[in-house]
Amino acid sequence: MLTPEFRVERDRERCIACQVCVRQCANDVHVYDTDDDWVSSDEAACVGCHRCMTLCPTHALTIRRTPRDFRANANWSADRINGIYKQAETGGILLTGMGCDQPYPIYFDHLLLNASQVTNPSIDPLREPMELRTYIGRKPDRVEVTLGANGVELQTQIGPQLKLETPIMFSAMSYGSISYNACQSLARAAEASGILYNTGEGGLHPSLYQYGPYTIAQVASGRFGVHSEYLKTAAALEIKIGQGAKPGIGGHLPGEKVTAEISATRMIPEGTDALSPAPHHDIYSIEDLRQLIFALKEATDYQKPVGVKVAAVHHIVPIASGIARAGADYIAVDGLRGGTGAAPTVIRNNVGIPIELAIAAIDSRLREEGIRNQISLIAAGSIRNSGDVVKIIALGADAVYIGTAALVALGCHLCQKCYTGKCNWGIATQDPYLTKRLNPNLGYLRLNNLIRAWSMEIKEMLGGMGINAIESLRGNRDHLRGVGLNATELDALGVKVAGWA
Amino acid sequence: MSALRIDANGLHYRELNARLREVVTDARVTHIDLDNVYGQRYLGTDLHRAVQIDIHGTPGNDLAAFMDGPRIIVHGNAQDGCGNTMNGGEIIIHGSAGDVTGHSMRGGKIWVRDNVGYRVGIHMKEYLETHPTIVIGGTAQHFLGEYMAGGVLVVMGLNLAPGERHIANFVGTGMHGGKMYLRGEVDDYQLGKGVGRVPLDDADHILLHTLATEYAALFGVDVQTIFSQPFVKLAPLSLRPYGRLYAY
Repeated sequence: MLTPEFRVERDRERCIACQVCVRQCANDVHVYDTDDDWVSSDEAACVGCHRCMTLCPTHALTIRRTPRDFRANANWSADRINGIYKQAETGGILLTGMGCDQPYPIYFDHLLLNASQVTNPSIDPLREPMELRTYIGRKPDRVEVTLGANGVELQTQIGPQLKLETPIMFSAMSYGSISYNACQSLARAAEASGILYNTGEGGLHPSLYQYGPYTIAQVASGRFGVHSEYLKTAAALEIKIGQGAKPGIGGHLPGEKVTAEISATRMIPEGTDALSPAPHHDIYSIEDLRQLIFALKEATDYQKPVGVKVAAVHHIVPIASGIARAGADYIAVDGLRGGTGAAPTVIRNNVGIPIELAIAAIDSRLREEGIRNQISLIAAGSIRNSGDVVKIIALGADAVYIGTAALVALGCHLCQKCYTGKCNWGIATQDPYLTKRLNPNLGYLRLNNLIRAWSMEIKEMLGGMGINAIESLRGNRDHLRGVGLNATELDALGVKVAGWA
Repeated sequence: MSALRIDANGLHYRELNARLREVVTDARVTHIDLDNVYGQRYLGTDLHRAVQIDIHGTPGNDLAAFMDGPRIIVHGNAQDGCGNTMNGGEIIIHGSAGDVTGHSMRGGKIWVRDNVGYRVGIHMKEYLETHPTIVIGGTAQHFLGEYMAGGVLVVMGLNLAPGERHIANFVGTGMHGGKMYLRGEVDDYQLGKGVGRVPLDDADHILLHTLATEYAALFGVDVQTIFSQPFVKLAPLSLRPYGRLYAY
């Protein structure tokens, strides 16, 4: 009962039957007829990834959404109707990829930034120093120094810190959910940009050990690839409790995706399902979490920060407080719109809360409790541009994780079909024919460019506000004003309405 | 110098583990006795070589978590999380062990003379030549071998009375790899979804004989007693227990 989602429009005057589209489409939409020297298309399998359209040398192709022939109905949208058709046929859970695409309020788009005018000078970052360097880790309550022969000497012992040249990191994406070339692009870009990337829960390919100082290694419920080398190699360890796209549920990497290389990295036999249970079975409480945090610290002789990643859910505020008290060095919070390689659609679209509200509430609570300095706060869940970075830091984050934005930099067109393993852009696939489309030599440069561009923009925005260090922006909500928000929302964000001084 | 005694009395686990790290840097140290251990956690975690540690007293949670190399002998009981995500080495417990023993264990061996708690051997996994093994002389609580993905889990029920069943329910729920052997009675209702009984073959008999002989030698039990009752072998019915969940 399903009709094609997309329509392939081929301009016959332009098409030279070169078959680029035929070769590029892993979904076999385009077919070449040798007898007639004619390319035709069957849209039924088209996912709207725009690979063919982008690569068509004569611009003969246009991919459009098919106009739905359902009778107009504000309640029963085409997606809902088609979902039922699909489930009635298969009896299965609907799957999707990437972050929530539903029209919930995006608070970033209701927040506006401040700038200096007359009464305080703005700063030109091209002319004056501007500090974006960020340290992730537990900060002491006070710092004691002594004046010795060599000048001021720090007496306070400060725990392990991650040094970031700009407050942006690449979010957890496992080798398995994305290709090796995508992982390598992220690792090299992290090194080149002086930031870190995150292995996700799939282990670390030995050839990426060389990027260890720029690597955060995850320890998730399946404990895949977690062995002593892995713990030793990474710069920091992250206990993954949940992710924004699918809070509260585990993950299944189906056996057919566990290829020889993936099997070596996850350290499980080829072809078996890689199941990540919904909870860690050794963590049923904050006390248990503390136990694992310190097990990891003991296993690495207290040399590395240990963070905890959680999804933004209703009780995220007391949970964050508990995580700080459990001894974590940072907490990464992933909001409602955080991406995924595969998640049940109904979970992705309905579970969790937006990152803007979560960060504002966590920052306020940790300050009230006097423990904000004890933990760094990393925001994730659809940071789309440098404006979002500045806004979320002003709401209280120390740094951000970007996943979707990084993949878009590598060519992702957000078709949301990551879970099929047929990514035509060579990102969310393990098919060697497709993965070679992503050249890590270019991929890392594109990511590096993105980080450079955002960093320059952040400096411009900071300078405009008259601020010369990102430190001074953190939790500085006076630099934010709300538009189109009700009083409760403004209150939850801790932000004044635009127009109020 | 080969043997060394450390009095753990009054030491916080962090101090005790720092001391252990320090002493194992001396390659001549092959054997350490820890006296007066009262609940110190994470013993043996970060040592990375084959040193023998005899624990006198009661070690705390996460004994040998992430461990890679040492041989730990506990002269008494162990607490929860023993052998958590353990990589290699051996733990021998002259008593019982608590919950989540051998959680996500990847290699090495755990021998428990008596009983274990809940969720033991969850998500054990094997890869190439690394096969984790847990042998339990007594019985286990619920969720034994849940999500088990590899390795060998043996529960011998030596302390069960004749005709007395194992008490664990949901045995091997979500199991998709590895082998589990239970000596003694277990009813079908006690087994988790996706797990079934399979007949023992020659390789199983050889494996069980090897493990039983080693258990007998470690704890002073007669091997004949162990084989006085047959073993039941449990194995996953599918490597893809959750294969038909989704609409593609």
